[in-house]
Amino acid sequence: MQSTLFHRAAAGLTSLMISGMTFASDWTERSDLDLRPGVTQVSQEVQNLHTTVLWIVTVIGLLVCGLILFSMIRHRRSKNPNPSTFHENVFFEVLWTVIPFVILIAMAVPATRVLVQLDDTAESELTVKVTGYRWKWSYEYLTYEDDNDIGVSFFSNLATPPEQYNNPVLSGGLFPYGTAKDLVGKDAPEKDHNYNLEVDNKLIIPSGQKVRFLVTSDDVIHSFWVPDFGGKKDAIPGFVNETWALVPEGKEGTYYGQCAELCGKNHAFMPIAVEVVTQDEFKTWIAEEKEKAASGPDLTPFAGIDQALEEGKQVYDSACALCHGANGEGGIGLAFAGTEFATKKEHLNEHIDVLVNGRAAMPSFKAQLTPRQIAAVITYERNAFGNDTGDLIQPADVNDHE
Amino acid sequence: MSTAAATHDDHHDHHHAPTGLKRWLFSTNHKDIGTLYLWFSFAMFLSGGFLAMVIRAELLEPGMQFVDPEFFNQMTTVHGLVMVFGAVMPATVGLANWMIPLMIGAPDMALPRMNNWSFWILPFAFTILIGSVVMSAFGAGNPSAPNFGWTFYAPLSTKYGPASTDLFILSVHMMGISSIMGAINVVVTVFNMRAPGMTLMKMPLFVWTWLITAFLLIAVIPVLAGAVTMMLTDRHFGTSFFDAAGGGDPVLFQHVFWFFGHPEVYIMILPSFGIVSAIIPAFARKPLFGYASMVYATASIALLSFVVWAHHMFTVGMPLAGTLFFMYMTMLISVPTGVKVFNWVATMWRGSMTFELPMKWAIAFVVLFTCGGLSGLMLAITPVDFQYHDTYFVVAHFHYVLVTGAIFSIFAAAYYWLPKWSGIMPNKTLGELHFWNSLISANLLFFPMHFVGLAGMPRRYADYALQFADYNFWISIGGFWFGLSQLLFLAVTVLCAMKKGEKAPAKPWEGAEGLEWEVPSPAPFHTYDTPPVVK
Repeated sequence: MQSTLFHRAAAGLTSLMISGMTFASDWTERSDLDLRPGVTQVSQEVQNLHTTVLWIVTVIGLLVCGLILFSMIRHRRSKNPNPSTFHENVFFEVLWTVIPFVILIAMAVPATRVLVQLDDTAESELTVKVTGYRWKWSYEYLTYEDDNDIGVSFFSNLATPPEQYNNPVLSGGLFPYGTAKDLVGKDAPEKDHNYNLEVDNKLIIPSGQKVRFLVTSDDVIHSFWVPDFGGKKDAIPGFVNETWALVPEGKEGTYYGQCAELCGKNHAFMPIAVEVVTQDEFKTWIAEEKEKAASGPDLTPFAGIDQALEEGKQVYDSACALCHGANGEGGIGLAFAGTEFATKKEHLNEHIDVLVNGRAAMPSFKAQLTPRQIAAVITYERNAFGNDTGDLIQPADVNDHE
Repeated sequence: MSTAAATHDDHHDHHHAPTGLKRWLFSTNHKDIGTLYLWFSFAMFLSGGFLAMVIRAELLEPGMQFVDPEFFNQMTTVHGLVMVFGAVMPATVGLANWMIPLMIGAPDMALPRMNNWSFWILPFAFTILIGSVVMSAFGAGNPSAPNFGWTFYAPLSTKYGPASTDLFILSVHMMGISSIMGAINVVVTVFNMRAPGMTLMKMPLFVWTWLITAFLLIAVIPVLAGAVTMMLTDRHFGTSFFDAAGGGDPVLFQHVFWFFGHPEVYIMILPSFGIVSAIIPAFARKPLFGYASMVYATASIALLSFVVWAHHMFTVGMPLAGTLFFMYMTMLISVPTGVKVFNWVATMWRGSMTFELPMKWAIAFVVLFTCGGLSGLMLAITPVDFQYHDTYFVVAHFHYVLVTGAIFSIFAAAYYWLPKWSGIMPNKTLGELHFWNSLISANLLFFPMHFVGLAGMPRRYADYALQFADYNFWISIGGFWFGLSQLLFLAVTVLCAMKKGEKAPAKPWEGAEGLEWEVPSPAPFHTYDTPPVVK
């Protein structure tokens, strides 16, 4: 711990000195001192407006501080033993009411112009419905060009493995993360470059076409924010908000964002990752996805339990660990490690049912996961964390479950 | 009636002040109640600061090291509530209790028993609130304390709120009753108990700003009470004010909350304007510049504060026209605020300044509050606010106006009036250490928050992406430093309370003006039984 702190101090001091001078092209590179210009025309206009306003307030601030400093030096008692007695001056009082007013109008004009532009969601070519969930996003492709019946949708979960962010230093203290006590004192794995930003399924959109996002929520208020697209919009249950982005051609790449409205425990763990591809790539991708969606679920049986366990661990870490604990120790959700529910044969059918249909606070995962994923994760939960039932659940078992 | 009053007066025994616990529990004396308020708010300041230390420890490095994200959310929530309702507001009420009667030449507050009650509600209200944190800490996060942010947005606080939300609602109601009673007391005192000749436009600016604050409190605290009552009925009695599934509207909650919440911001800062307007002329040895325009600027800020609330919710998807209205109104509020800053600078101009401790804090206030005000102007520009909203840029802004603004001015007031309260001059060495450590550490703590905010770090995050790590490390170091520095102030006040240190004369500051300096230091238990005549 000490060496890390020291290291952090040294690295921090260096970066404080140099970071102001470099503008990173990738959001996950060093943080800038200033607002990011982003990739869309609107985000760049927003950044210009920010720069203008920042200069105005900096000049005003320096002027005020300069006057105070000058006065503190020149109008000290040792320099100016006899204070003046003036206490009003109509000319100056009118002056410093009128001048700020004029400056405000000068700022309000461009601000109004950019605001009107941001508000215009008309003539979009792709419409994606973005839904916030505790604590993940789902993306549903509604219309693209002339196609009004796409039927492609998926969920997007944090992909950073829990061992990277669970680094408790208090053993048996009052508040270690969940009850992951066996992690205390262990060396945490090195954090990925895109720590807390990477997701399993990225939102894919084409470049050079206006994309309209319909933003809503399934539970509490979230906020959909990709800084490089120039702003955020709240996801409110029962309401649909609109926002849009047009990433120019040549700016393909991955852009990251985060939930920006407090939504509960894992507010900091529901990032957004948008992959911008060319229109050709997008058309190929959406056609493939449509076909997959039309052909029904993949019900190929697992070759053996090892294959199911491997796929199951991935699903568990991204979809279950946040509530049920990285090691099945429980948390918001119930525990699996050594519990009757996850080890006794008579609970197997119930186990499948809870995932497919949900129960109380546990949501149904029928829409979020494929039958293959559900089968894999149930197999994993019954054969990991010290559990050893040998149960192998096949995709068809899940698909047949009502 | 008059006979009864006369008899009552005869019973008044000036030489037998009550002693021991009874003196404090049953006090109807504005000075004792003021002292209670001030000690209480300082205790809350240290408690809320302790919660902030937990937050900063967790954010020192990326990854979850000390607390669960669930407990982290409880820390941010209760830190905010304790600081707003427990530290800043009671501190200014304490100052009002002590100073308003002395400043207007009144023997006491107009409603002394209500004064007692409005204070003694507070310890119970905060025991309920902080009790839920203690239970949560010892139950390792279960049951949970309030965890939905100090703004308690629905439906996170209604449908999804923990069981302790009901304790929170009760506690907010109690704080609200206390604030309303305190405010009514100030209004009644100022309108009825001024000494002969003390016309409204002769009142010290601190009295003016508090009078306006009191009207704000009376206007908006009932709105807060309405919001939490609607939460309560949504949670338990089947209503759907804030639940879209039942025909309600989660955004309605935000409108109601911020209709209280924005004037609340001015409730916390207007008394500071009054404090600084007393201190700067005293140490510049020159009358306050533009007294009348200060009064009018305060009143216009208060009025405008009722029509800017939706600037806290630009991203909820309001219609364009509504958004524009709130943007223009918010920008407009910077005009009267600017007038105040320019007036303070003009008061210093060609004065004969010395820099004793109160003046140091007051100048730090003017500079750093201006910094917070200017970032507020940036936040008013809606299209850019879409980027700033709910990031650390906002956290930087409101800590500049509330910590280096409101709290610095409260320190200024304490150093300025401690000689009057205790009869002892605050220890200079400790005071200087307290000032310089606080000034430097507060800027190390809050200034880099602008940068992480602009770089894109959302607020209320228990863990963050790696590019924010270096700034957060320094912010945390600044936080621990600022927190520890406040213990110096504890030492200063304890020394004064124990009567250790240089004796203070009736008027310890050469250039100070006002009736409070005409009574001895420490101020006797009863003052101005016979009203002074103001020319």
